[in-house]
Amino acid sequence: MTALIETRGLCAFYGDIQVLFGLDLAVEDGGITALLGANGAGKTTTLRALCGMVRTRGDIRFAGASIAGQATETIVRLGIAHVPEGRGTFWRQTVEENLQIGAITRRDRAGIAADIERVYGYFPRLKERRGQQAGTLSGGEQQMLAVGRAMMLRPRLMLLDEPSFGLAPMVVEEMFEIFGALNRRERMSMLIVEQNAALALALADHAYLIETGLLVMAGPAAQVGRDENIRRSYLGY
Amino acid sequence: MELLLHQVLAGIATGGIYACMGLAVVMIYQAIDHLNFAQGEMAMFSTFIAWQLMQWGAPYWVAFVAAVAISFVAGVAIDRIVFKPIHDAPVLSHVVVFIALLAILNSGAGFIWDYQIKTFPSPFGSGPLFGQNLVSRHDAGMIAMTLIMLVLLYLFFRHTRIGLAMRAAAASPQSARLAGIRVGWMIALGWGMAAAIGAVAGMMIAPVVFLEPNMMVSILLYGFAGAVLGGLTSPGGAVLGGFTVGIIENLAATYIPVAGRELKLTIALFIIVAVLIVKPGGMFGRRVVSRV
Amino acid sequence: MQHVPDTPRDAAVSAPPRAAFPGAPAPTAWRAVALVGALALAAALPFVLKNFFVFQVTLAVIYAIAILGLNLLTGVNGQFSLGHSAFYAIGAYTAAIMMNADIPYVWTLPAAGLACLVSGFLFGLPALRLEGIYLALATFALAVATPQLLKVNFLEDWTGGVQGIVITKPDAPFGLPLNSDQWLYFFTLGVAVLLYVCAANLVKSRTGRALIAIRDHPTAASAMGINVALYKSLIFGVSALYTGVAGALGAIAIAYVAPDSFTFSLAIALFVGLVVGGVGSIAGTLIGGAFVLFVPNIAEQVSKGLAGAVYGVILILLIYLMPSGAAGLVRWIGARFARHQGDKSGLPAR
Repeated sequence: MTALIETRGLCAFYGDIQVLFGLDLAVEDGGITALLGANGAGKTTTLRALCGMVRTRGDIRFAGASIAGQATETIVRLGIAHVPEGRGTFWRQTVEENLQIGAITRRDRAGIAADIERVYGYFPRLKERRGQQAGTLSGGEQQMLAVGRAMMLRPRLMLLDEPSFGLAPMVVEEMFEIFGALNRRERMSMLIVEQNAALALALADHAYLIETGLLVMAGPAAQVGRDENIRRSYLGY
Repeated sequence: MELLLHQVLAGIATGGIYACMGLAVVMIYQAIDHLNFAQGEMAMFSTFIAWQLMQWGAPYWVAFVAAVAISFVAGVAIDRIVFKPIHDAPVLSHVVVFIALLAILNSGAGFIWDYQIKTFPSPFGSGPLFGQNLVSRHDAGMIAMTLIMLVLLYLFFRHTRIGLAMRAAAASPQSARLAGIRVGWMIALGWGMAAAIGAVAGMMIAPVVFLEPNMMVSILLYGFAGAVLGGLTSPGGAVLGGFTVGIIENLAATYIPVAGRELKLTIALFIIVAVLIVKPGGMFGRRVVSRV
Repeated sequence: MQHVPDTPRDAAVSAPPRAAFPGAPAPTAWRAVALVGALALAAALPFVLKNFFVFQVTLAVIYAIAILGLNLLTGVNGQFSLGHSAFYAIGAYTAAIMMNADIPYVWTLPAAGLACLVSGFLFGLPALRLEGIYLALATFALAVATPQLLKVNFLEDWTGGVQGIVITKPDAPFGLPLNSDQWLYFFTLGVAVLLYVCAANLVKSRTGRALIAIRDHPTAASAMGINVALYKSLIFGVSALYTGVAGALGAIAIAYVAPDSFTFSLAIALFVGLVVGGVGSIAGTLIGGAFVLFVPNIAEQVSKGLAGAVYGVILILLIYLMPSGAAGLVRWIGARFARHQGDKSGLPAR
């Protein structure tokens, strides 16, 4: 299967400080890949690097074309949606406006309207609050809104940064089911960064483990999940 | 009582000037999250350009439209050329660049067109409105123009895609980029629009205060005051704030004994500061709920 | 591709948090040598330069002190003030009125300081409710009001109205073999050294750290038990004190005060000086003071008709070259230098 996005020797820097030291990773077209690791390992930085939000060195290819060094907004327009840590909610705008912002690069009015309804279909709670200021939503709802906004882009690839963070377990389960549905029904590829390893491994077909800026393990999710060290350090048994 | 009414109306008339200026100020504040201290000078310079075009024989409305268009382009250019290189610099450094811009425009205008005051025509004619001595035709026209711009801006921001994109870019630039919005160009657009509005403001104001390089200095201050009073998140508030400032200023001059005339600017400002202390977001400013 | 922090929310993405003070400190020995050298140079100055230049350098130091005051408020505590010309004026007029009443000029300094400490504190109290733009406007209102209030009729007996007050320039005491410009230079220098040492100590102390904490994250500071309101108003007073003392020195040096010397242009000039020197940097204020004094003159010499434009262009170029002021440039050079010498730990942050 072809890789939708892949990196070769990816290094990333915050100012003068190097944070990633040569990553080779790939997400297959139509697949879900998990990026696991402890706090501070470089997971979020990896996602940011893919979106051009930090200074990078090395090769990044999306659908075969190089996107290294390009501006975030250009990369996004190629079909990559990033649901960031912190959710990136537009607080002062309403829920519906947030979704419209997600679709701002599209011109098909009818399609956008249909997609908004689709998002409400996945997240009925957002529909209830469609006229509310987004800043007044709870954490879980803002997360749903962030995913909804990303969906409005009709992306080929969705990058999710710790979608379970700060959410109640039931909400998280719901959310991950929706990810699965999106992947199956819409063929949306995903790269999910998660500290909650069990959840991510259950959903993903492929997984990487990153430690202090280096990839230390890669393989099919099930295999990674069975590994002794992973089980002890990240799965707790 | 009649004196009061008269003064209030006169205040509304002068307030129209401040409202117009305040609109330009809020426009750019919404785009770039800073106050543009050079806004007044930009407006003044635009007005001079219009004047020059008329000196060269252009009819009023041709000069008007040309000046607005040139100002729009100049605004975009100033952002892309002057402010882009210091994009990463701290906020206070930005303020200093605004101040530098102010100095350049003021000095430049004085150099090109000298400091002698010039008259600037009004498209609305002179003389009182409806024959009554309460409001002049020009004042009425100016207020109408301000309200029209306000309505157009409202429609633009609420009901167009690009208006939403601009709002998003100003609200959260990073998140906006993640939605594919070219934040840099949204900011430049904001600059252009502010410059254009400023040009209109300048051309509305010049017939009243006469055209000269320093004409906008105190007016910008009043415009700021009005915008801040109305709440910087709200163009409508800025307009209302401008009118309010005009009324306050006039009433202070009329009713406060002895020092009223000399200190009307001071008094107006202090009343505004007092209002801000009581209501820190301005009269109509929206309180943004932010979680820590 | 370099990412730029847009808002405080995005700050997590940026490089290591800014230091409270110009980092990359030279080893203490070097610093001491530099300081002693600078003082020696400063002491020799009046005997080498012509009187007028001595006078100019005195004024530059005075502006530097005024900017130091502003720096304590804006740089260290993060409160944006565009109105420090008001405190400068209060200091100047306090000195002028006292000297007119034949009180020795030495006493004018503490008096000016006290007057400004009180008025600054009183202004700081309501200003607690204001932030950023709103505070800027309020302080700017103060700056605009000052010359108007100084000209107003019923205060004329004290302020001398539009004409202002003329003062006699003091001579060197104890029959020292210095002319009055040279004496005033040393007097100013002495006061400056005292004030700078106090400021440096303040910033390094617990109080200083509290002020910086308030600047960087008021909510967290408050949650840690810092009495934000008290500190913010007090530093307003202290900041005003410094600028007021500078104003008094200015009045003595120029031997004349008039309302139009203290317009909002002065407030803006002090602000510009602050940024050019480097916000938050104590040493930078000296560069700021020099800038405020000399650059407008230079601009006028380049082109009389376009003096303002030349000034503006110089200012923009300076900001391009040193976006964080002179102190920022020194920091940058220091960091480059350190990189070539030492090794970077290479431990990845997040």
